[in-house]
Amino acid sequence: MLTTSEKEQIEKEIRQVPVKKAACIEALKIVQEHRRWVSDEGIRDVADILEMSPEEVDSVATFYNLIFRQPVGRHIILLCDSISCYVMGYPALHRQLVQLLGIQYGQTTPDGRFTLLPNPCLGTCDHAPALMVDHDLYRDLAPAELESVLAKYT
Amino acid sequence: MERPLTQHITFPPLGLRQYEAVGGYQAARKAIRHMEPKDVTALVKEANMRGRGGAGFSTGMKWSFVPMDMPGPKYLICNADEMEPGTFKDRWLLEGNPHQLIEGMIVSAYAIQATESFVFLRWAYKTAAEEIRKAIAEAYDAGYLGKNILGTDYSLEMHLHTGVGRYMCGEETALLNSLEGKRATPRAKPPFPHVSGLFGRPTIVNNVETLSYIPHIVNHGAAWFQSLSRTADGGTKIYGVSGRVNKPGAWELPMGVTMRELIEEHAGGMQNGYRFRGVLPGGASTDFLVEEHMDVKMDFTGVAAAGSRLGTGTMVVLDDHTCPVGFVHNLERFFAQESCGFCTPCREGLPWTEKLLWALELGEGKEEDLAVLAAHATLLGPGNTFCALAPGAMEPLQSALKYFRDDFEQHIRQKKCPYHS
Repeated sequence: MLTTSEKEQIEKEIRQVPVKKAACIEALKIVQEHRRWVSDEGIRDVADILEMSPEEVDSVATFYNLIFRQPVGRHIILLCDSISCYVMGYPALHRQLVQLLGIQYGQTTPDGRFTLLPNPCLGTCDHAPALMVDHDLYRDLAPAELESVLAKYT
Repeated sequence: MERPLTQHITFPPLGLRQYEAVGGYQAARKAIRHMEPKDVTALVKEANMRGRGGAGFSTGMKWSFVPMDMPGPKYLICNADEMEPGTFKDRWLLEGNPHQLIEGMIVSAYAIQATESFVFLRWAYKTAAEEIRKAIAEAYDAGYLGKNILGTDYSLEMHLHTGVGRYMCGEETALLNSLEGKRATPRAKPPFPHVSGLFGRPTIVNNVETLSYIPHIVNHGAAWFQSLSRTADGGTKIYGVSGRVNKPGAWELPMGVTMRELIEEHAGGMQNGYRFRGVLPGGASTDFLVEEHMDVKMDFTGVAAAGSRLGTGTMVVLDDHTCPVGFVHNLERFFAQESCGFCTPCREGLPWTEKLLWALELGEGKEEDLAVLAAHATLLGPGNTFCALAPGAMEPLQSALKYFRDDFEQHIRQKKCPYHS
């Protein structure tokens, strides 16, 4: 069930658009902000409030790579795997990250601390290679620096 | 040298009062108080401002297609979904001078008599989101947004929408679907967005760099805009270089500088021990240019004549330590992943090219694979797919097959990637 706060925020988004279903992405974002991911129940709740079918809401949710339909860790690592980073040392960064975390893309560490995901170009190509942890951007990264970056997140 | 777009970029950016102190919002005052909407459009058309998002279509021309006498809401949208791999120019403008963009949007919205406007910003640009949110609030407080702007009868609302990923959102009709809360798949054209766009209403979508330029054109005129450029495509342009160069970065320069100036002068040449082999001149979906194109003028016409596209104007350099097959594989993997899956050639064809390229990298490629790859360049080319994603994806592939054919053949002959020991 949606919390009062989630409901209020979604209702506010609904008032800004001409048809209820136009608030679908905003509603999914709101649920995810509160719970870190969107469960099947979350999909049904959003569908109810927007008067859509759960299938239609899920078709939107699964289209976008930053709406998470599986549980994720406390921190999300988005590693840029696009062309400038590829040229500037992405493969070594990726190898080191996989080794440090002991997980592959799409997985979460057993302690629930990190989820590792690839991400298309982060738009900071003059400072490649780059990654984001949650809202923080790290640029010009060498594999040796990864350990101290990860240490900032508990 | 004049750098109208970037001269007032600071980190953190100028607040509203500071922006006004350097002449900010003068163009909004001039346009809304003293110009007819159609005269603003005519001015931008006369300046020959060509869209900076990648396609290079005339901005004033685009605006002139809006049915001005249609009653009801109209929309102006800023495409700030910068996701073309290798592109980092709009981030600079968004983080460094958000009021310039907002003023450009107000003037542009006035020209088409839009009632509502949106900044469609990609998820990853967290700092930009904060700065734009702050700047929009300031503009409302100062009376540049909202009801009866500057005491006139013109009113405009502005919203920030932050995305949740997917490269497709940069395609303007897919962006509209996403703003409507739907999957970001492209729409059939016609009807074009300027007639039936967001929620079926007349809508104009322009790029960040394009909109940020509009105040300067209104302030200084079409002839001034033309005079900034070395070629017939007017203005300055933000160019960028990334890859194994000494000083990767972005610079505002006269439209039409040469590739040589960009790489050797501004980017400081290749890093020690690395040799230049080629470049994607304007992002992932542009054809390679090589050594023989060093003196090509980097404007829409010049790059097109050399067989590629200016695109976003931010180039990615391929060096001699990087495998061209691996390089193109990285691009095709991106495009295959980002295909929206709506039309069959793109959904099926892109993963096929990606798999063939990966097989080559693993040393499992066969001679006939090169013909299959070349066939894809045609089969997924212009006219055979629903939108421009797959044709864009084929540009680096077809040109790599042309310029780096030896590398492809070596992979097959040696049954391994020669760049990996």
